[in-house]
Amino acid sequence: MGERTVIPFGPHHPVLPEPIHLDLVLEDEKVIEAIPQIGYVHRGLEKLVEKRDFKQYTYIAERICGICSFMHGMGYCMSVESIMGLEVPERGQFLRTIWAELSRIHSHLLWLGLTADAFGFESLFMHSWRLREKVLDLFEETTGGRVIFSVCDVGGVRKDIDAETLKKMVDVLTGMDKEIRELTQVFLNDATVKSRTVGVGVLSKEKAQELGAVGPMARASGINTDMRTQGYAAYKHLKFEPIVATQGDSYARMDVRINEIFQAIDLIRQCVELIPEGEVITKFKGNPDGEYFTRLEQPRGEVIYYVKGNGTSFLDRVRVRTPTFANLPALLETLKNCDLADVPILILTIDPCISCTER
Amino acid sequence: MGEQNIRKISSDQILAETISLKSAGYRLVAISCTNKDGLELSYSFDKDYDFINLRINMDYDTEIESITCIYHYAFLYENEIAELFGAKIKNIAVDFKDKLYRLSVKTPFNMKKEEE
Repeated sequence: MGERTVIPFGPHHPVLPEPIHLDLVLEDEKVIEAIPQIGYVHRGLEKLVEKRDFKQYTYIAERICGICSFMHGMGYCMSVESIMGLEVPERGQFLRTIWAELSRIHSHLLWLGLTADAFGFESLFMHSWRLREKVLDLFEETTGGRVIFSVCDVGGVRKDIDAETLKKMVDVLTGMDKEIRELTQVFLNDATVKSRTVGVGVLSKEKAQELGAVGPMARASGINTDMRTQGYAAYKHLKFEPIVATQGDSYARMDVRINEIFQAIDLIRQCVELIPEGEVITKFKGNPDGEYFTRLEQPRGEVIYYVKGNGTSFLDRVRVRTPTFANLPALLETLKNCDLADVPILILTIDPCISCTER
Repeated sequence: MGEQNIRKISSDQILAETISLKSAGYRLVAISCTNKDGLELSYSFDKDYDFINLRINMDYDTEIESITCIYHYAFLYENEIAELFGAKIKNIAVDFKDKLYRLSVKTPFNMKKEEE
C-alpha cells in the first residue's frame, strides 16, 4: 500500500467557475475517495417565494442559473399552469421549445470550451465559445437578453418571433452546423483529447442507475432516459430519439453532448417548419391552489419543479431539484480510483452548475 | 392538471415503502420538504417515467429514519432538509451535522420559529 494523503480540491480552482470543495483521499497518485462540501454560496432562492408573488417569482426562477435560465423559468411556469389548468397556445409552446433548444446548444458549446480549457487546449476552447456567441446573438435578437431573457411567463411567452427572423435563425444554425462539425471532429478524433478522456472515469450502467444519474451523464452510461420524450411543450410534435452511448467514460459523455447539439439544431428546424400562427400567451385571472411536480430535460439533465399554491398570490413552496444535485453522487463514484491529474476533467464531465445546486 | 401519483404514508412506513420501490427497480429522484402544519416530506421515485411520490406529514418533533441504508445518495437530500427545515432524520450515512451549507440563520426554512 502506498502512502495515504488527503488533499483539498477547491473551493476555488481554475477549472471551476463556482466554489465546491472536495477532500481527495489519495494513495500515491490514485484517488481512493472524494468527500464533497457544497454550501459556499447558498442563495435561498426557494425561500424568496415568501417575499415575491407567484408572477414575480418567474423572474427569480430564471435567475437560478445563467445557462439554463430559460428552462428554469419554463419549468416553474409549467408547474403553475398545471395547477391552474391553463392551456398555453400552440405557438407559445413552439417558441418555448425553440428557446429551450437554443439554450441546450449554447450550454453544450460552453461546456465543450471549458473541457478543452481543462486539458489545456486553448484554441479549441476559444473556437467553442466563438460559436456559442452566435447563439447568444440569436437570443439577443429574439428576446433582448443574452443570459436572462424574461420572456417566459405564466400562460405562455411574452414575445413572438416573426417568420423572417425564424428563417434567419435556421440559416445561422445551418451555417453553425458545418462549423460545429469541423470543431467537434477535433474533440472526437484528436489523439491528445482521446488520451485524456477515453476510459477515464467510467460509470457503468448499473452504477448510473443505482446512483440516480440524470441527463448526458446517465445517457453516456447506456440509460435511455430523456424527459423530452414525455412530450411537454412542442416535443410531442417533433421526431427525435434520445442520444445514448454505452462506454460510460468521459469520452462518451462528450460524444453524447456533441450529438445533442446537432439534435437540438434539427429540433429547431422542425419547430420552424411546424410552428402555427396564433397567440403566444393565455390571459388568466386567479391564483394557483394546489400542487404540481413538473419534470423537464435541461442540458445537464432532468430538473424537477415542485410548486404548491394556497389560493393566494403567494405560494406555499417552490422546490427545485437541479440535475447537478442529482449527479453529484455519480461524480464521486467516477473519482474513485482515478489519477489525481484527471480530477479536473472528471468534475467537468458532469457539467457541474454549483449555482443551480445552491439555489 | 395532469395526474400526480402521491401516496400518503406514515413516517414509520418509510423504510418498508422505500425498500419495496427499490426492489421494483425505481430510482430515487428527489426528497422535498414543505411546511404544512408541521413538516410535509415528499420522496419522489421514477422507473421508466413512472413517477411516484411518497408523502409524509409529521410534526417538527417526530424523528424519521434515513433512507441512506437503501439509497446511499439520499444523504445530500436528507442533510439539506435537516439543515434548512430542522427535520429530525436519524442515521444519515454521511451526516454533515449542520455543516453542508454555511448558513447565518439556523434552519431558516422552519416555520415553527416564526409561529412561536
